[in-house]
Amino acid sequence: MSFDDWILALHVLSAFAFVAGMVIFWVLIVAVRRTDTPEGTIRMEPIVKVGNAAVGIGAGGTIVLGIWLAFSYGGYDIWDGWIIAAIVLWAIAAAVGQRTGNAYMQGMNKAQELQAAGQTGPNAELLALNRTQNGVLLHGLATVVVVLILIDMIWKPGA
Amino acid sequence: MSTVLAVSRPTEWNFPLFLHVLGAMVLVGSTLTCASLLGFAHGDVRLLRLGYWTLLLVGLPAFILTRLAGEWLADREGWYDEGVPDQVWLGIGFIVTDLGGLLFLIGLIAGGIGVRRLRRGKGTRLLTTTMAISVVLLAAYVVAVWAMAGKPD
Repeated sequence: MSFDDWILALHVLSAFAFVAGMVIFWVLIVAVRRTDTPEGTIRMEPIVKVGNAAVGIGAGGTIVLGIWLAFSYGGYDIWDGWIIAAIVLWAIAAAVGQRTGNAYMQGMNKAQELQAAGQTGPNAELLALNRTQNGVLLHGLATVVVVLILIDMIWKPGA
Repeated sequence: MSTVLAVSRPTEWNFPLFLHVLGAMVLVGSTLTCASLLGFAHGDVRLLRLGYWTLLLVGLPAFILTRLAGEWLADREGWYDEGVPDQVWLGIGFIVTDLGGLLFLIGLIAGGIGVRRLRRGKGTRLLTTTMAISVVLLAAYVVAVWAMAGKPD
């Protein structure tokens, strides 16, 4: 394996980590919809951290190693249309992903607030925050964008 | 070699490749989710159940998609044709999906029994087994992805 082959393998592994993180968040989105207690919400926090780590490593690895490959690999250039499209889509996915995180952190913050105040029972406001439609829509959008990146990477339109 | 393959890959390979990669990505994601939920549950029945059902309802369909699309892709790429030498990376992929599939199935069966035992208020040992299997599978998947992408000689 050449050095570039190693970089490509790490780039693909990063993409897998990115999608794995998104899968974690889909499962948490479904789980948290029926969670109305501070304890139940806070219990998800370690899994959120795993998801954040996977998305962080994945997003960072794909863009850094992807740009490296665009310069290093024979036959591809950074200004190729499909590579520019991938970078733009990556930026959209990152921005949307950050907004999704903010939407769901409102529920987590509320749960911590309630727990600090000694309120451990079910809370309607917490349930409403955990069921954020905005968060579902944003995560759905981020997922579509990531699938588009995958399509772009495989079909390489214009290459 | 993989550079040449990537540049010159016929377009008719793209759809099975897309399904194969998408399935594998979701499979890795569901396995990581399962391991995380079971690992951080600390006896919480809801998280334990969620971990198992994630593996069953997300992981199993993703595994089937990965395996079937992989078979379709290998056939299209002509790796089964007479006289075509065996490829190390392809061998790694088959070992991980086939032996890993068996392990995956054991994890699902153990987890299924574990979830039933939870209903009766019994221990979580079988779900811990499922978690351990998920971690082993994750390590194997990392090796498989590395082999599939890097294509070592």
